[in-house]
Amino acid sequence: MSSITMPGWIEPYLSVVKGEASRAQVAQLLRQIGLPVLGLLTFIFLWHIAAQRIDTSLGKFPGPSDVSQQVSTLYAEHKAGRAKEKAFYQRQEVRIEDRVAADPDYVPVRRDYTGSPTFFDQIITSLITVMCGFLVASVIAIPLGIVIGLSTSVHAATNPLIQLFKPVSPLAWLPLVTMVVSAVYVSDDPMVAKSFVVSMITVSLCSLWPTLINTSVGVTSVSQDLVNVSRVLRLGWAEHVRKIVIPSALPMIFTGLRLSLGIAWMVLIAAEMLAQNPGLGKFVWDEFQNGSSQSLGRIMVAVLTIGLIGFLLDRTMLGLQRWLVWDKQSAQR
Amino acid sequence: MRMSWGKLRTAAKACAAICALTITSLSVAEVGYPEKEELKFGFIKLTDMAPLAIAYEKGFFEDEGLYVTLEAQANWKVLLDRVIDGQLDGAHMLAGQPLGATIGFGTQAHIITAFSMDLNGNGITVSNAVWDEMKKHVPMKDGKPVHPIKADALKPVVEKYRAEGKPFNLGMVFPVSTHNYELRYWLAAGGIHPGYYAPAKGDTSGQLKADVLLSVTPPPQMPATMEAGTIYGYCVGEPWNQQAVFKGIGVPVITDYEIWKNNPEKVFGVSKEWADKYPNTHIRVVKAMIRAAQWLDENNNANRPEAVKILAKPNYVGADAEVIANSMTGTFEYEKGDKRSVPDFNVFFRYNATFPYYSDAIWYLTQMRRWGQISDTKPDSWYTETAKKVYRPDIYAIAAKELIAEGKVKAADFPDFASEDGFRPPQKEFIDGVEYNGRTPNAYLESLKIGLKAKDKM
Repeated sequence: MSSITMPGWIEPYLSVVKGEASRAQVAQLLRQIGLPVLGLLTFIFLWHIAAQRIDTSLGKFPGPSDVSQQVSTLYAEHKAGRAKEKAFYQRQEVRIEDRVAADPDYVPVRRDYTGSPTFFDQIITSLITVMCGFLVASVIAIPLGIVIGLSTSVHAATNPLIQLFKPVSPLAWLPLVTMVVSAVYVSDDPMVAKSFVVSMITVSLCSLWPTLINTSVGVTSVSQDLVNVSRVLRLGWAEHVRKIVIPSALPMIFTGLRLSLGIAWMVLIAAEMLAQNPGLGKFVWDEFQNGSSQSLGRIMVAVLTIGLIGFLLDRTMLGLQRWLVWDKQSAQR
Repeated sequence: MRMSWGKLRTAAKACAAICALTITSLSVAEVGYPEKEELKFGFIKLTDMAPLAIAYEKGFFEDEGLYVTLEAQANWKVLLDRVIDGQLDGAHMLAGQPLGATIGFGTQAHIITAFSMDLNGNGITVSNAVWDEMKKHVPMKDGKPVHPIKADALKPVVEKYRAEGKPFNLGMVFPVSTHNYELRYWLAAGGIHPGYYAPAKGDTSGQLKADVLLSVTPPPQMPATMEAGTIYGYCVGEPWNQQAVFKGIGVPVITDYEIWKNNPEKVFGVSKEWADKYPNTHIRVVKAMIRAAQWLDENNNANRPEAVKILAKPNYVGADAEVIANSMTGTFEYEKGDKRSVPDFNVFFRYNATFPYYSDAIWYLTQMRRWGQISDTKPDSWYTETAKKVYRPDIYAIAAKELIAEGKVKAADFPDFASEDGFRPPQKEFIDGVEYNGRTPNAYLESLKIGLKAKDKM
């Protein structure tokens, strides 16, 4: 019964619990769970030992216990920040009431909280920025990649440019992007902050290449049989792209997208660090600048968070790929 | 008992409400509501940004109807550029920055200041290796170095390095920073030439004819840069001198209080354009900051420990509280264990610290001329005119009078606005004892041994 309703991967666990498992099944389970856990424990142990031996001018390198302590400190700070925010809004209401009483013509304007963002706020900011930058990159790269893949002449014309810009580091783009955004994006009441636009464009510029290249390669390698079928059916250009090209190239497009998202996340942290734009990168840089005895521990928390989020982003893309792609074999890893 | 307590509370509340009402109506009569309520101010992670942090945390900005966001900046150049292009409404600035920008050394822009943020607060630190050599030449008493330590003791060390063909590098925070001028003043007073600038020839490195090579490093990176061996010493604000002591990587040798007693340090700068567009906002900002400065120095520095706790938060200075406390609470640790009392190391309010004196501005202008940042000789009148263009005691006076009327500050703590002309009396308390009179900048330049004179042109 259970084997029908439960997802497949639960089955071996259940049989172990029920005592029905064969030796082979137990061994397989140990490999699946035991080895990763063992790896993790070994890493934590080695980290703990190594951390004690590294003396920096800010004290010892943070070990696992320092880091877990900083996690709770950061959470406590987050809660304190939220309490302050609430008090801020209450004070604001009182002030607005007073002012309306003294000056009936006044049209009250509610101002946003002015306090500093907490660690968790920074995570959200980074996530929003990376997703926007990644979306912009994808919206440019996928159609462009399809066009390049379909036409050998466009490919020949654009290939040198792609090869030229692909290896450029985000840090090289950043000053240019900053200056151009400052000059072009002028508004008295901007919808989004300049710093956000700068980070987003830098992320887009660096992350569109893998999607672009993989899409074009994917489009080029559409099976000749399918192309022939399309010819026989006399499909129009748009329909050819929609029904033949995109479905065939989808696995490659997704490989590109996953690479792009990984790059986008790495680039974003660097851009935030350098340009002091809000987000996790700024958090790391600020802590480095502070140079307090807790700074290294807090940076370590950020490093692990960055890694975890990068991992989750990749898994999300993989899930999306499994859901969208007809060839399930292509999304095994 | 309970009843009377309740009544008392109601009475107190009513009283407070009436007071609040009179105060608001008063301020309405004098200075209008702010034209811009949401403001973003920049600062560099240094303890002397305290007036901004206190004005925020103690609600002084909110009392003026201002919703201020404080944002740490990467370095002084970024900070200035962001004030110029309007990303920041105002910022914690080096005293020389509004002057340098207005006369066009570095980035050209008309920046003004109506509020001086503090006096003193800097120190010069050298690496352990340099200190070991230097110590041999420092006079000692009871096993401790006699202060103030002059650059005369550093001179033989510099000569030794130069003889070995090693350039002697020192760090300061910005070409127009107080630290640059203080470090240069100290070195020159000890016979070490810190080098000239020649902007007319495109040379803005400031190393012409130099015995020691000065270069720019952002304040929070000073200790790390010295630890890496890129520089042998630096002049910077707190907590980055005390940080070197705590980390055991260097020894502060002198504070700027000993180089020039009660020297003006940071100012609150805004662009002229911004100030013209939002006059009421500007006055209200100055009001809030005067109250913050008063809070910092109140009752003989009684609030400093609380200020230290606030500054130690990661979003402000962020260094360990004990490091910040070392200098903020009236002491300064030189060599490890040699902690001396320097009650005026950081002055935020006493001695009219917040008043923007023309003579302070002119001193910085004389130093810009002395080291070639101003290429040509200028008449005395130019110095006064430039100072009046940048320093705005008129705006300060409106804010201060308003606060006096509101009963939040005492008139006795301020200069007599009716007679104050913006020039401090001639000052003599420099490390080399040379007298400075803000009314005669050219004569002052002639009296300094090392440095450009009237006829010199870079």
